[in-house]
This record gives sequence, C-alpha cells and structure tokens, in this order.
Amino acid sequence: MQWLEYLPLIAKGALSTVELALVALLLALSLGLITALAKLSGKPWLVVPAQIYTTLIRGVPDLALMLLIFYTIQIGINQITDKLMLGHFEIDPFVAGVMTLGFIYGAYFAETFRGAFLAIDRGQAEAASAYGLSGLQTFQKVLLPQLVRFALPGISNNWQVLVKATALVSIIGLSDLVMAAQEAGRSTHRTLMFMLLAGAVYFCLSAFSSLLLYWIKSRSAGWVREAEL
Amino acid sequence: MNALIVENIHKSYGNHKVLHGVSLSAQRGEVISIIGSSGSGKSTFLRCINFLEQPDSGRVSLDSLTVDIPEGQSGRPDRQALKGLRTRLAMVFQHFNLWAHMTVLENVSMVPVHALKVSKEEARTRAIAYLQKVGLDARFHNSYPAHLSGGQQQRVAIARALAVEPEVMLFDEPTSALDPELVGEVLKIMQELAQEGRTMIVVTHEMGFARHASSQVVFLHGGKIEEQGKPEELFDNPQSERLRQFLAMDLK
Amino acid sequence: MIDLFQTYWQSFLWSDGQQWSGVAVTLMLLIVSTLGGFALSIPLALGRVSSSRALSAVIWLYTYTFRTTPLYVQLLIIYSGLYSLEFIQNTAVLNNFFRDAYCCTLLAFVLNECAYMTEILVGSIRASSRGEVEAGKAFGLSSTVLNLKVILPSALRRALPAYSNEVIFMLHGTTLAFTATVPDILKVARDVNAETYATFTTYGLASLLYLLISFGIIAAFHRSEKRWLKHLRPRKAEAVSTTVPLIKKGSYV
Repeated sequence: MQWLEYLPLIAKGALSTVELALVALLLALSLGLITALAKLSGKPWLVVPAQIYTTLIRGVPDLALMLLIFYTIQIGINQITDKLMLGHFEIDPFVAGVMTLGFIYGAYFAETFRGAFLAIDRGQAEAASAYGLSGLQTFQKVLLPQLVRFALPGISNNWQVLVKATALVSIIGLSDLVMAAQEAGRSTHRTLMFMLLAGAVYFCLSAFSSLLLYWIKSRSAGWVREAEL
Repeated sequence: MNALIVENIHKSYGNHKVLHGVSLSAQRGEVISIIGSSGSGKSTFLRCINFLEQPDSGRVSLDSLTVDIPEGQSGRPDRQALKGLRTRLAMVFQHFNLWAHMTVLENVSMVPVHALKVSKEEARTRAIAYLQKVGLDARFHNSYPAHLSGGQQQRVAIARALAVEPEVMLFDEPTSALDPELVGEVLKIMQELAQEGRTMIVVTHEMGFARHASSQVVFLHGGKIEEQGKPEELFDNPQSERLRQFLAMDLK
Repeated sequence: MIDLFQTYWQSFLWSDGQQWSGVAVTLMLLIVSTLGGFALSIPLALGRVSSSRALSAVIWLYTYTFRTTPLYVQLLIIYSGLYSLEFIQNTAVLNNFFRDAYCCTLLAFVLNECAYMTEILVGSIRASSRGEVEAGKAFGLSSTVLNLKVILPSALRRALPAYSNEVIFMLHGTTLAFTATVPDILKVARDVNAETYATFTTYGLASLLYLLISFGIIAAFHRSEKRWLKHLRPRKAEAVSTTVPLIKKGSYV
C-alpha cells in the first residue's frame, strides 16, 4: 500500500496550512483593528490611506496580489542586499506567505471591525465618559468586549475565507496541504484520491472552526439576548 | 339563503384549546361582526374559515362547495376544493399584507389574472374601477405600498379584495393597526360595502361599526359563542355577564 | 508601465494572436459562471426551502461542501483528478470534456458559484414577509404562482447587495483559471513577466485591470439597485400629491 506512506506528508502539509492560517490571522486582526480605528478617527491623514488600503486590496484578487507582493518583496530584498553588498538573502517562504495573507486580509477585517464599532450603541461610550472613565479605559472595558460580539460573525466568515485562501500559497511555491497532496498524487498515480483527501481536510477544518466559534460565542456573548423572530 | 356555513370548528395549539366547536352561518347580504376580548379566538376562527389556520376538525361550505376536516383525522383538506373556496372568498388583513414589490395597480390586478384567469386588460379595468371606488385615483396607480399611509394601504387592500368579486368578504381587525385619524376613512368604505348588500364577516374592536353597520353580532369568549343576535339586542340588552363586562370596558 | 502596456496591450485585453486572452477571457469566465450559477441556484434554492427534508438535506450537503473547500482544490479535482478515472477516459464524450481546459474550469466555477448563490437566495427567501405569503395563500394562489410572483421577485430584489459581493468574489476566483492553462489576465501577466522580468509592472498592470473591472461591476450593481430596490426606499416628498384629503368629506368618524 504505497499510498499509506504518503499520509505523514499530507499531515505535515495540513499542519503547515493551519500554522500559516493562524499566524496570518493574528497579523490580519491587528492590521484590521488599527485600520478600522484610523478610518473612524475622522482625521484625514489617517482616513485617506486607510480608505485607499481597503479599497485597493478588496478590489484586486488575492492571487494577483500574492504574486505581486511575493515576487516584489523577493526582488526588492535582492536589490537592497545587492546594493549593500550583503550576501544573497532568501526570504523564508512561510514568512512571505504570512505577510502577504495577513496584509490582504487585514483589509477585510478592517471592514468587519469598522462595522462592529458602528453597531455599538453610542450611549455605552457616553455613559463611560460621563462616569469619568478615560478614553483608554472606555475602550478596554466597555467598547472592546462589545466589539467582540458584533465582530464575531464577520471574523468567523473571514477566517473561513482565509483558510481557503491558504490553498493559493502552493501556487507561489510554498509547501502546504495542496502541494503535499499534489506530490503524493503524482508519485502514486492516485491524484483524485489525494485531492479528495485534501478537500476533506479543509472540510473538517471548517466544521471544527464552526464549533469553535459556537463555543467562543457562548463564552463571550452570553450576555446578549437576541431578537426573537 | 345561506351563502356560507361554518360548522363545528375545533382548534388547539398543543395543549391549549382555542376554539371549542364554533359554528356560524351567513346569509347572502348579511354583515356579521365578531367581537370579543383578546384571546377569545375571534381572529383564529376567521382564519379557519379560509384555512389559513388548520382547524383540528370542522367544515366550511360555500353553496355547493364543501371543505372539511372530519373529527379525529388531522389530515390536510383537499387542495382543489380549498383553492376553489379561497378564490371565492377574499380577506382583508390587519396589517394590510400588500405585496411590497408591486405597485398599487399590480397588487389589485394580480389575483384576477393569476388565479381567476381574467385577461390582463379586463383585470386592469376592474382594478382602476375598484381603486376609484375606495377613493384612490390615477395618481396612486404606480406608487408602491411603502410610500402610502396606513389608511391608503388598507384601502388598496380592500380594492384588492373587491377585485376578485368574492361571494363573502372576510375582515380581520381591519382598523386595529391604523392611526386613529385614519380609521374613519376605512370604516366609511366598509359601511358603503355593507349598504350595497355584500356578505361580510368582520372581526373588529370598532363597536360603532358593529352596532350600526352590521346585521348580526357574535360575541366570542374563551373559544365559544357566548351570545349572538341582532346588534340592538346585544348592545342594549346584553344577556350574559361576560358581555356586560366586555361592553363596560369599552369606552365608546 | 506605459511602455509595457503599449507593447503587450493586445494580449492583456483580448488576444495574443492565436486565441482569446486577457480581459476578454476573464470577463467570459465571469459572465458564464455567474449566469450559469445563478440559473441553477433558483431551482436549488426552491428545493432547499421545500417541505421535503431529504431534498433539502441533499442540497445543503452540496452547498456546504462547495463552500467549505477551496475553489483551487475543486478545480484541481475536476481538472487533474477526475481525468485519471478509467470510466471517464473510456467514454468519448467525457474524455473530450475533461481534457478541455475551458470546460473543466467553467464546470468548477459554475458549481462553486451556484453553491454560494443558492445559500444567498435561501437566506433571502427565508426573510420573506410572512404577511405577503399569507395574503397570497388566502386569495387562493397556487404554489407556482406564489413562488413566481410573490416570493421570488421579492427575494431576488432583497438579495441584490449580496449578489454584487458574490460577483466580485467570482472575479477574484477567475484568477485560478491560469493554473488550468486558461489564458486569463493573470496568465498573460505571467507570460509577459517571463519575457520581460518586469515583475512589479506586469503584476501591477494586471492588478489595475482587475481593479477597473471591479469598479465597473460595482457601478453596474448600483444602477440595478436603484431600479430594483425602488420599492424599499423612503418616500420622496413629492411622490403623492398633498391635496388629497386624509379624511373624506362627510365620513363617519
């Protein structure tokens, strides 16, 4: 059973996919939060770049952006190292993948956070400042917890999309689940089986994420009483 | 001559029995007002007549057409018979239920064209005539329901009901959702329809209408008919204690 | 970038001399997959909300599978995976179908798009106004008429904003076509890059083209929304004449 030998390879690929997605998520969440705050600040020097960022990123397909950013970073670094007479510096593909995905999805999360902020009842912050809480305290103690509740659906949606987008990194040469499945398929002449297996792994990742989200929702948004239809 | 006979309607929601064998018969040209406090089952009863609510058992007959659900059988009524019944009745709802994506004219001509096989031109002519009858002229034809006041919307709903030229009209608290100053325009039209000799069954809180425009009043309480008769009898000489209490609470 | 464009504009826009390429191909992929997916999604959505639990479950399984797995994986399965099956290689019609890059790509795109559009429509149908449906039933409309004239027109209009997002996502999806050797914008960019090594400019130009197409799609949907969502917008001051009295003369109040 030759194909059984390839299962560890598939598992490794799946693991690197999950790692990639998680680290990119962290980067995207941070970028998204900062961008959302910039957009809501009202100050033109913050709003304009933020707006350009979100419009450009969401108007161009992921793959095109990935190719653009990945190869440009690589070439850019090469040019810098050439100029400075340093040795050839290879960017770690994983780092490049994380940076690219994080940068792209930061724009999507920015919109999620912005929507979530706008959904918080104004009175909450008003009450906080009326009682003398500082801006930072208001943000930490009042706005952030409520933000989680409103942002959760958007975050989970974008997370699902991000996980699927990690499949694209194999196109720019990073090893992930899809690349492992392709290799295994080629070697054993069982392309269909391994591709279906890869699909099944994504399916399970998604199902697991949904369960996780449900658990998080019950922990963090337990105080919510949703409208009864 | 009996136009509509409703026999022995029983209805429960789970363990809660809402209607205990209520019957009603309407002669041609009669205007029957059904009154009672909230929870008495009056709207549920009306909605059982055209089977929007599924009775547990009972029968509805319109001339020779009968739709029934025999006792003990919780099946669905015969579809063909039901469709036949519904196309000969017309309902006006508390919340109008106009089709939001259609214009006023389209709302009124829709059912004749699609359920009654009336030609488009004929349906359009009818629609214009009935809209005129309820006081809505050409200005309103291409408006959408959301752009009209509650009273105007209910008038469109009445025109929609008239356009199918029904044998019996059913009104489910037609003015309860209207602002007080708009109630009058709708009541006036209902009065005119009553005077024309149309057969109407009206569930209402408007005691003025019940008293002056109807030929029979039915007082429902706890899912049973408590008292029934001519308006003067019920309002001037209520026999049951509950009816007396009900009328006393009503400030009109 | 201008020089590059001047040299290669034809390949980018519609033809590289031998076949269609670039923007023409991308647009073709987009239009066929969205229209195809949309057409199929209507009966599927109706099946999903029907009273048959078995039908609803089967359709849900289809949409769930296609929405939780990456489009890239779906494309690979259809393009390289299925072809390895014996019975496909032996049947002439299927053999020819799965050897053709365009056929495989469009099949994957249509199936994927249909899954998303079905769910969008299902959500919209479920948000139908209960009262409007009741009125339809009360007047004796048959289910066919009820679906065609009351439920679907309303649901489709409500779903317009979601559809506009979906079309943009499909545009993003078309970029995968080049992995199946279909010559879309990104493939042309790659080929030009291989010749000129002007990575930033070629991919930058490709990105710009996609951006322009996105704007075009958004603008087109804006116009559609103006027309089709007219019935939901707040009333303008002059929509109805103000000389119509609220209470008719002599009415009984």
